Amino acid sequence: MIWESWSAFWEMGGSGPFVWASYGVTAILIIAELLLLRSRRVSSTRKLNRLMRAGQARKMPEVQGS
Amino acid sequence: MSTSESRFNLYHYAAPQAFYPVAGKLAPIFAVIAAALTLAGLWIGFFKAPTDAVQGEVYRIIFIHVPAAWMSMFVFLVMAFWSAVGLAMNTRLSALMAQALAPTGAMFCFVALWTGALWGRPTWGAYWVWDARLTSQLLLLFLYLGYMALVAAVDDPRRRDKAGAILCLVGAVNVPIIYFSVKWWNTLHQGASVSLTKAPSMASIMLSGMLVMALAAWAYTIAVALYRVRVLILERERHADWVRGELTRLGEAN
Repeated sequence: MIWESWSAFWEMGGSGPFVWASYGVTAILIIAELLLLRSRRVSSTRKLNRLMRAGQARKMPEVQGS
Repeated sequence: MSTSESRFNLYHYAAPQAFYPVAGKLAPIFAVIAAALTLAGLWIGFFKAPTDAVQGEVYRIIFIHVPAAWMSMFVFLVMAFWSAVGLAMNTRLSALMAQALAPTGAMFCFVALWTGALWGRPTWGAYWVWDARLTSQLLLLFLYLGYMALVAAVDDPRRRDKAGAILCLVGAVNVPIIYFSVKWWNTLHQGASVSLTKAPSMASIMLSGMLVMALAAWAYTIAVALYRVRVLILERERHADWVRGELTRLGEAN
């Protein structure tokens, strides 16, 4: 173990703010990208499903009529 | 016919319909690899790598700064490659691959700039200087954002693919400029710590931590791009019968 204590670990020899702001923002951006991707997948498949059902509903009467 | 069936046919997977399930199988595998490598890389970076003799602890930013910077350049080159393939062979999937990679490349580009600023302040005394390396990396971020804005703005899919591909190919010129900027100009940014031609100028445990994090960034990028390209394929191919089937299946699963 290279750290004498956990507080020494968080302090990073006085560079704590620079190190943790680097890692923290990177972690936030990665999590944000994953959440945005998931919400896009959900909203996109929902919208495409709606469009598909609307398209089928318009076709229905023709199918029944023929 | 029999020869094309017996041989592995790469062109088969150029069809969105064939690639969609493959991407779905591969993406979670790369996601698990990315998570495992990230944990291993952070472990090496924070608990195995010693304090740097010159810089103290602040050098630990390197474990995200360098992999992010490498990834931001490499992803743009891969986008340019897919753009060239798309323009030459007229394959729809190529442009979708480039579009799926762009947000992740932009994210890594921003991370490289952000961590660089936070590393620059304690070591150079400045968050930002207008030297060749930093300026060309900032230009790369604008190229990513410009590409994403362009692709979002063009409604017609064919024109969108073509316009995006041309921007990618022209913008790719910037990547070697970034890479060699520290050689071509007298920059505040240090030269390459790692190169293929000479021994690395850093301790091997530090180097291995950085390389593990770089591999993690690769796996992450592949996983996210595959997940994203699946959504793009569904949007683009929404009139195809197989997509209707898949949408029905997804609709029932929700």
